[in-house]
Amino acid sequence: MIEFDWDWAFAWEVLPLLLDACLITLQATLLGSMLAIVMGLLLALLRRSRWKTVSYSAYWWMEFVRSTPLLVQIYFLYYVAPEWGLNMSPMMTGVIALGMHYGAYLSEVFRSGIDGVGKGQWEASIALNLSPYRTYRDVILPQALRSMIPASGNYIIAMFKETPQLSAITLLEMLQLAKIMGSENFRYLEPFTLVGLIYLVLSLAASTGIRLAERRFPKEGFTLS
Amino acid sequence: MTDYAIEFDKVTKRFGDNLLFENFDLKIKQNEIVSIIGSSGSGKSTLLRILMTLETIDAGMVRVQGESLWHMQKNGAWQPANERHLHRMRGQLGMVFQHFNLFPHMTVLRNITEAPMHVLGQSKETARAQALELLRLVGLEDKADAFPSELSGGQKQRVGIARALAMKPSILLLDEITSALDPELVDEVLEVIRKLAAEDAFTMILVTHEMYFAREISDRVCFFDAGKVVEEGPPEQIFNQPEHERTRAFLSSFLSV
Ligand SMILES: Nc1ncnc2c1ncn2[C@@H]1O[C@H](COP(=O)(O)OP(=O)(O)O)[C@@H](O)[C@H]1O
Ligand SMILES: [Mg+2]
Repeated sequence: MIEFDWDWAFAWEVLPLLLDACLITLQATLLGSMLAIVMGLLLALLRRSRWKTVSYSAYWWMEFVRSTPLLVQIYFLYYVAPEWGLNMSPMMTGVIALGMHYGAYLSEVFRSGIDGVGKGQWEASIALNLSPYRTYRDVILPQALRSMIPASGNYIIAMFKETPQLSAITLLEMLQLAKIMGSENFRYLEPFTLVGLIYLVLSLAASTGIRLAERRFPKEGFTLS
Repeated sequence: MTDYAIEFDKVTKRFGDNLLFENFDLKIKQNEIVSIIGSSGSGKSTLLRILMTLETIDAGMVRVQGESLWHMQKNGAWQPANERHLHRMRGQLGMVFQHFNLFPHMTVLRNITEAPMHVLGQSKETARAQALELLRLVGLEDKADAFPSELSGGQKQRVGIARALAMKPSILLLDEITSALDPELVDEVLEVIRKLAAEDAFTMILVTHEMYFAREISDRVCFFDAGKVVEEGPPEQIFNQPEHERTRAFLSSFLSV
């Protein structure tokens, strides 16, 4: 039998440090998802453009981003972009990479959410002469949002779980820190287990939150003032 | 003001290979009330949808209050209308839909104030006061804060009418506005249209299967078949002495239902 000699003292020692590093992870996730939401919405709207060049460009951008590994995108932004004068901190690079990558996925979610709103709602908006901006803001998106919550939430949780990839560009997030702690103390069991547990707890909490949000979300949408 | 509120001038409309209108002509006078009857698929809705800019045309010209709807003149040459032109033209038109198309996430009041506030730039107070007045007109002043899902079909459709009126159109397009209603709710909606007709302030085109109502309210009835006006005239003539075989067939099939 394999023996686990769990060292509680060491675990308690590294936990606060890991939780500190977790803030970095959360920061990258939060900023990354904000960017992803903006990018996703933008792409979804561009894909509905009546100008074919615009909608095709948005489509191919989405396909391109979804078909290349996140890690390649991260490396590209961190090592290649500076050659074009684009110097960014690891955090900034990570946020942009995550935002663009998951923005491409979210655009599909948003697009099908928007498509799910009945044709009659668009026609009523035209008949009332509402501008495209008002139509999206007041009529379409408030009704589409509910159907977008579960899938968007899952992508954001997926993004959260991908943040260790940012250790590849020296961002001192949880996994990177655990690795350092492990190699300094010649003990990997406690730091890596704790990292796994922190991810588990936060992911479960987030998916419960998403389910609650969906359930409590008004069935027909909401109205902005 | 021009004599005609609406003119279709040699209009062609295709859906793929299906040629619906060919050299289609129709003129409707100011404040005229025209009922359009005809079997399903004859192009009644498409006619209204072209006017509401929900469908384009392939050839010919549509004029609304004397001005071309789908074309605009630039340096003396005609060209397809841009969004700004369409936006301006739509200001003349209001549409009420068969399936209401109310905004389900907005209160009745907000359904009615949304466009006046954000398109006409009315203040919240003005839009609200106007909406309450319109709700009184359609007999729903106590439903201002209700959501559409809390209303009966007849009530929904009366909100639909109030919402269209709030934009102060000169032309009202009514597409089978009672077809989705339970029979006992039809009259409360038609009553509102009766009131509007009595005001004599709108040009109205109504697509309808309520023959008795078409007969009572219309200045003119047009019988449509396969994208053509087969027969038109005052209601007494169409309903009492239809000249065309197809009109007779349609009306008798209708009465036997
Ligand atoms: N969006 C569309 N695409 C293809 N065909 C259409 C479309 N809208 C209407 N049509 C066709 O045009 C014809 C007239 O339709 P419509 O104007 O809805 O008739 P009505 O309202 O008299 O029942 C029908 O044959 C219908 O199939
Ligand atoms: Mg129809």
